[in-house]
Order: sequence, then C-alpha cells, then structure tokens
Amino acid sequence: MLDFIQQLVSGIALGCVYGLIALGFVLIYKATEVVNFAQGDLMMLGGFFVFTFIGLIGLDYWLGFLFAVCAMAVFGMATERVLIRPILGYPQFSIVMATIGLGYFLRSIAGMIWGTDDLRIETPFSSGVVKLGDLVIAHDKLSVIVATVILCVVLYAFFNFTRMGTAMRATSENMLAAYYMGIPVKRVVSLIWAISAAVAATAGVLLAPITFIHSNVGLALGLKAFPAAVLGGFGSIPGALIGGLIIGVIETLAGFYLPQGWKDVAPYIVLLIVLLVRPHGLFGPSMRKKV
Amino acid sequence: MRFVFKTDYDQDIRLLKHSGYWWSYGVLLALLIAFPYLVGSYLQSQIVFVFIYAIVGVALIILTGFTGQASLGHAAFLAIGAYTAGFLQSQGMSFIVYFPAAAIITGAVGAMVGFPALRLSGIYLVIATIAFAFIVEEILARWESVTHGNEGMRVRTIDFLGQPIPRDSDAFYFLCLLVLVGSILLALNLLRSPTGRAFIAIRDSETAAKSMGIDLAGYKVKSFAISAALTGMAGVLFAHKMSFISPEMFTLLLSIEFIMVIIIGGAFGVHGAVLGAIFIVMVDPFLTTLKDDVPVLGASLATTLGMAPDAAGKLKETMSAIGSAAGLKGAIYGLIIMMFILFEPYGLYGRWLKVKLFFQLFPLYKKATFKRQKTYVKSERNR
Repeated sequence: MLDFIQQLVSGIALGCVYGLIALGFVLIYKATEVVNFAQGDLMMLGGFFVFTFIGLIGLDYWLGFLFAVCAMAVFGMATERVLIRPILGYPQFSIVMATIGLGYFLRSIAGMIWGTDDLRIETPFSSGVVKLGDLVIAHDKLSVIVATVILCVVLYAFFNFTRMGTAMRATSENMLAAYYMGIPVKRVVSLIWAISAAVAATAGVLLAPITFIHSNVGLALGLKAFPAAVLGGFGSIPGALIGGLIIGVIETLAGFYLPQGWKDVAPYIVLLIVLLVRPHGLFGPSMRKKV
Repeated sequence: MRFVFKTDYDQDIRLLKHSGYWWSYGVLLALLIAFPYLVGSYLQSQIVFVFIYAIVGVALIILTGFTGQASLGHAAFLAIGAYTAGFLQSQGMSFIVYFPAAAIITGAVGAMVGFPALRLSGIYLVIATIAFAFIVEEILARWESVTHGNEGMRVRTIDFLGQPIPRDSDAFYFLCLLVLVGSILLALNLLRSPTGRAFIAIRDSETAAKSMGIDLAGYKVKSFAISAALTGMAGVLFAHKMSFISPEMFTLLLSIEFIMVIIIGGAFGVHGAVLGAIFIVMVDPFLTTLKDDVPVLGASLATTLGMAPDAAGKLKETMSAIGSAAGLKGAIYGLIIMMFILFEPYGLYGRWLKVKLFFQLFPLYKKATFKRQKTYVKSERNR
C-alpha cells in the first residue's frame, strides 16, 4: 500500500510538471485558438536562460529566476510579433506547423549555443526531503507541485476576475467583435504570449534540478504535456492541471505495475480512449456547429 | 493564354486538358526514363528517395489537402508497410504477393484510425494521430517475434518473378517511378470521381457536405484508408531501399518531414507532393555541398573586399565551425518551415502558378488573385 501511495505522489509531482507545461498551451489556445507546439521548447529555453544567469553570470537563485522569467516573457512577445501575428486567422494546421518549425529551430539553436551536454544549477530545492510518516517527498518535486497550484489559482483568478482577463476571454470568443468593443486585440495577444512564455520559463527553472537542462528536454516533456492539455480539454485551465495529473499518475503507475514499455504508451492509450468517448476532452466546451 | 472551349462534361474532367499538356508531360516522362543513364549512382539513389517521399506526399495530399483531415502519424503507416513487407518476405512470399498485401494491411489499419477520427477535428485529430504513431512505434519495438524489436530487421533484395531487383539498380528506379506515376494517376482519377468531390466538400464544410447527403463517416474512413494504403506501398519500397528497418527510423520527426513535403510543395494539388519531395530530399545534399564551399567562398570574397588575409582565414574558420555545428540541419529545417508558412503559404506549386499567371496576363496580373481569406470569428473556424 505504501508503495502505491509513494508512486501516486511521484505521479502527482510528474503530473504537475505536465500540467505546468500544458497550462502554457491552454493559455495561448484560450486567447487566440493557436496551438503552440513549441511550448516545451520555450520551457527548455527558460532552463537555459536560468543556467546563463545563475551558472554563468553567478546571480542569486531568485534573482536569476526572475530575470529568466522576464527574458522569456519578452521572447514570447517577440515570437508572437514576428511569427504568429502575420498568420493569425489562417487555417489552424498551418499555424501548428509554424510552431513545430519554431520548436525545431529553437532546439537546434539552443544546442549550438549551449552545447549538448546535460547542464545543472544549484538551487535551494536541489537536495532535502519532506517526510510524512513513511512517505518521502523530495524538495524539488514539492516545489513543482506548490508552484503549479499557485500559478493555476493566480491565472484562474486573473482570467475570471480582472479587466484584462475578461478582455482576453472576449478575444478568444470572437476577435472581431472584441476589436469593435475597443479591446486592444493585438496587445492582448502579445500579452498572452508573454504570460505563456513566462509560465513555460517557470516550469523550465523548476525542472532544472529534476531533469537537468538539455536541448531535447522540451520535446520529450512537451509531447507528454500535449496529451495532458488535450485530455483536460484544450482551453480549460483547471482541465490542463487535471489532465496533467491524470497523465502523470497513469505513466508512473504503468511504469511500476505493468511490464516494461507500457510506461510510455499508457498515457496515449488513455488519451485515445478519452477522445473516443469525449471528442473535446474531459472539460472541453462542446461547441455547436454553424454552417 | 490558351482558352479551352468546353462543350461537354468529358472535356471538363479530362486529365490532360489540351495538346500542350501532352507535350510537357511527355517530355517530363521521357526525361525521367532517361535519367538513370544520364546521372551518377548517388543522384539516382537520391531520386529514388524523391519518388518514395512523393508517394507519401500524394497520400497526404489526398488526406490533408483534399479531405481536410490533418495527420502527424504517417510515419507509422510507412512503418506498417515496411514491416509487413519485411515479415512476409522472410516467410518466403514473393514481391507480387506482399506488395499488395502491405497496401491492404496498411489500408485496413488506416481505416481503423479513421474511425476515431470521425468525431475528432482540428487539433484533437492531430494529437490522436500522434498518439497512434507512438503506440505503433512502441509495438514495433516490443513485438520481437515479428519485428525483431529494437535490433531492427534486415530486408532482402526484391525477388520479382525470379528476377532479383537490387536496391541501387535501374530496375528499382523504374519500379519506384512506376508506383509514383500509378499513385499520381490514382489521386487524379479519384479527384474527378464522386468520391473525390465528396472529399473536397468535406474539407470545405462538413455541415454543408452532410446536408447535401454526403456520408461523412464513410468518406472520412475511405480517405484515411486510401492514404494509408498508398503510404504502405511507399513503405515497402522504403524498406527495400534502406535494406534495414528499425523502429527508431519511423519517429514523429519523419511524420513532420512528410507534412513538410506537402507544405513546401503546396497541399492543394498533386504537383505539390512531387515538388515538395524534391525539395526535402535534395536539401540535405545541398547543405553538405554548401558546408564545404561557403567558407572558402566567403573568405575569398572577404579578401577581395580588402580584408587582411589572417582575418579572412579566421572568418573562414568561424564559418566552417558554424557549418559543421551539430544542430545546424534542424535549425535550417525549422527556418524553412516557418519561412514557407509566412511567405509562401501556397508552396512551390503555388509560386509556379503565380509566375505562370503573371506571364499569361502580363500587364494585368493582380497580386490579390491569390489572397487568402482570414477568419477571426471562432464559430466560423469551428467547422
């Protein structure tokens, strides 16, 4: 039984990682209906930025964290301006391909700049564990869980209770109508990319002690976070978190109880089953079709 | 500009619209047949890869370009075709038996993927096909009695009615050419049939197609099955060309490469598949050539512009260092995808049509002819 709970907890920690990346997908999708396949690579870039600030320049952890998040926010805005804005409104699939291209590009460039070795940084969470009875949780995993919960609550409140959040929801509903209502649509979209990149950077920094910093980490985690977002129903913030948790727990339990090889496939099998039953995910809106 | 005055329906659906088509495609075919005698063995083998990629491109154009169903799982169909060929060959079957068998099996799997796709659209479909590809990859790695797992599988030379066809022979080239021409004719024929028109109707508006009495489910499954079967045939040729297959050859990156074929070529016409395949396959040797030549060229250019010789030497070193950096190919691939989507959304075939129209209408060409409609309203995009 203890084994099961221990596995469950580490599954939840892993799920929070997926949820954190999925959150970035969902934010952009919510506001602009763009699916950003490069989200994992933005996370990877955030990790490299924090390595540059802390490992190379030698800043304090929290200061480096802050700088990396700000730098990624600016980077997200720039990406939106250069790549996404000109093709916004064109078929979804071409935008998806553009972000896949961006991911390719970022991965290779990061590999060329920072090398292809595993990099690591010293963080306050790198060592140390919390003990609850016989249950052991490492600090680095706990920090991910806590940060995910905080970010989810903050973003949920932001979307539902602030003026800007309402503007973003209006933009996602109907861009033209929002524009007619005096909402600065372009600025809203820029901002959403900045927030999403900042969330990705946060994930990257928190993951640095767990997965280390490597140019392919984004692809591997992004491809797992993506089913998480889909499972929760693209466009739902709590859905992203819950989807991430489901994928994380299933993956960990499958790795523990099922024969080798199931670990990587089990999340996708569950995803296919869920999509068969509910084509828009667990919490996705069921849209009425218009001709 | 030639204007074809159409007087009956057969004329409207004719594949070769007027005598000019006979000339141009005849010359092209003659060139392709003469090719193995004109070029070296390296280029010939690259062209065989162009043919294989183009077959997959045609398959994807039927599915994505005409039916509007996105797929990032075509590497899995290719793998199924390749492994079927490898397995059936090792069981002692001949090429004439396992070539169609691979197509049929892959087509059946494609139809199975098509069923979940009935209710999915857009991004949900993309992720479902990715999930399918992952599962296939994992099965290939684990089902060791058939696929030999991660060790990979050796594929022997084709035995065509007792006549061996080695993978770098002229006969193999002609076999691939034959399959490509066959699949292009199949796609074109499909498009002028009721089935093809139903595909296009589904792409343009599912609801409208449904209200016209088109059986959405049936046609979507058909489209998936046809596309998968074509890809399976390409998989057989791929397996024989590589002579060795293993699961890690059929990853998501290969699926992305296939999508790049139709994005770069232009997804709205069969020409696009061929142009895109040429681009994708040739970009690699082209980059290798550039890697050797550009630093030398840049250095000599810098010296002629008055740079000191040692500074020019340093420049040359830096350029070749960048050229041989590990991830350069990926970066260039990424840039190519982004550039095409931003600046050439209709692909190479679209550019060809634009240039052609420019000369046909010479002083009267308008850029807006090829302008795309943007839709900002969610409900409009939510077909």
